[in-house]
Amino acid sequence: MTAEPSTTGSYRLSKRVRQIPASGIRKFFDLLASMDGVISLGVGEPDFVTPWTIREAAIYSITSGQTMYTSNYGTVELRSAIARHLERRYGVSYDPLREILVTVGVSEALDLSLRALLDPGDEVLMPDPCYVSYMPCTVLAGGVAVSVPTSMENDFRLMSQDVEQRISSSSKVLLTGYPSNPTGAVMPKEDLLEIAEVVRRHDLLVVSDEIYDRLVYETEHTCFAALPGMRERTVLLGGFSKSYAMTGWRVGYAAAPAEIIEGMMKVHQYVTMCAPTMSQAAALEALQRGEEHVEAMRESYDHRRRFMVKALNDIGLTCFNPRGAFYAFPSIQSTGMPSEVFAEQLLLEEKVAVVPGSAFGSKGQGFVRCCYATSMDEIKEATERIARFVERHRAYPAK
Amino acid sequence: MQDVLKILEEDARTTPDQIAVMTGRPVEEIKRIIKKAEDDRVLLAYHAQVNWDRAGQEQVWALIEVKLVPQRDVGFDSIAARIYRFPEAHSVFLVSGAFDLAVTVVARTMQEVSNFVSGKIAPIEGVQGTVTHFLMKRYKDQGIIMDGEERPQRLAVSP
Repeated sequence: MTAEPSTTGSYRLSKRVRQIPASGIRKFFDLLASMDGVISLGVGEPDFVTPWTIREAAIYSITSGQTMYTSNYGTVELRSAIARHLERRYGVSYDPLREILVTVGVSEALDLSLRALLDPGDEVLMPDPCYVSYMPCTVLAGGVAVSVPTSMENDFRLMSQDVEQRISSSSKVLLTGYPSNPTGAVMPKEDLLEIAEVVRRHDLLVVSDEIYDRLVYETEHTCFAALPGMRERTVLLGGFSKSYAMTGWRVGYAAAPAEIIEGMMKVHQYVTMCAPTMSQAAALEALQRGEEHVEAMRESYDHRRRFMVKALNDIGLTCFNPRGAFYAFPSIQSTGMPSEVFAEQLLLEEKVAVVPGSAFGSKGQGFVRCCYATSMDEIKEATERIARFVERHRAYPAK
Repeated sequence: MQDVLKILEEDARTTPDQIAVMTGRPVEEIKRIIKKAEDDRVLLAYHAQVNWDRAGQEQVWALIEVKLVPQRDVGFDSIAARIYRFPEAHSVFLVSGAFDLAVTVVARTMQEVSNFVSGKIAPIEGVQGTVTHFLMKRYKDQGIIMDGEERPQRLAVSP
């Protein structure tokens, strides 16, 4: 899918930039900014502050004068800690000196991987709905985004037959992000093995965005690169933003075969030089001593997840059980409204902000994304307000 | 049990039904856990925390350092008990360092506090001396910031 470029304008912006559609979230954000007393379920980040020891490590790094560039790849200590972490958690080995790159968030790692791998016209298969950056980054890298529909009936899992159906002679990369933003879906190991089989059969490369890997509930996370035969064809993206509440620090990493990392490095070294030095110090501390905080946060999210999902279902907004990330993705079909209208009306009538599912792809139409990384009080209040709204706008009789 | 206690500590209004949903356990089990914790005095009370200054009722808080002389046949425990039975004694701790008991007293005026200290605490046998510190301003108590800055704000909508 490519978007038609908007009109040229007086600055003759590049065609590839004009091809990127305006963010579905932006307009909504502007509307919200003009209102008071809104409960927002529209965030995409934790409501925790980064644990103190991690903040302290960064402060110490600054006060002890570590304010210069680090190696482009990131500090050796951090890369080694990342390699040890991946080995311990998922049993997958990477050479810290040549197969790990520390980046400015997973966002940069995603961009680098696509720029390193795509030639003009190369196709990138991705789930629909999916994270807002996947399509624009593909377009910016000169590639063609190919959506693979997912559905609530399948718990928004990526089904191997749906992927295989959309493979063409131009298919180069499968870009997946599980646990998923916006759906909260996870990919059970059996499903990933089927995907791996398709990937192998068609000699695809995989970019696996696993930023939410630690936030899984009632299940274990399967690292794609740890699957048999997949390490050699996968760019594994990971970070600290969601699991250690470090969204503002802008530090993440890519782990991949050396040749791919070298390609990514070529872009990275010219475009960003290195991730912030003090953020790298903080990330190192997170890996070394942050484990207890991850589990405490995860448990807290789990409580709120269960509460919100039940509340949404009770209201009549059918919501599948999301076992990852911190989003619920209920269907708003019972109101008969399109997502954008639902979100706008809910905001104006009840001052609750949710993100229209259509902002994440055409298969997100008819859904909204509700983030439960907010206080229990806000969740309780928000779900009460949503209940009132749904009652007023019910298109079908309540069961 | 730990997760149930943490939820109640965070918000004591959370009902057993809500806790059951949040922890994915049957409500009967939650009620049983709560009852046992109450009976075992693990779960001691369900307070609301009130800022009485804002409610228009002035309160004076004081921290009293109490230095004790250990009594023969009687340890610190019984002296502490004599103090904590007074309703004016909000909290009583045995502490290490330059004095022995830290007592928080809440009363309506400074005069009341000092009357309590001089009339009720100081005369207790075994109390060697007291130093009274009036709490001028409570910034944060029991984990709650009373006034002052809110937590850092997030962007209302992010991808």
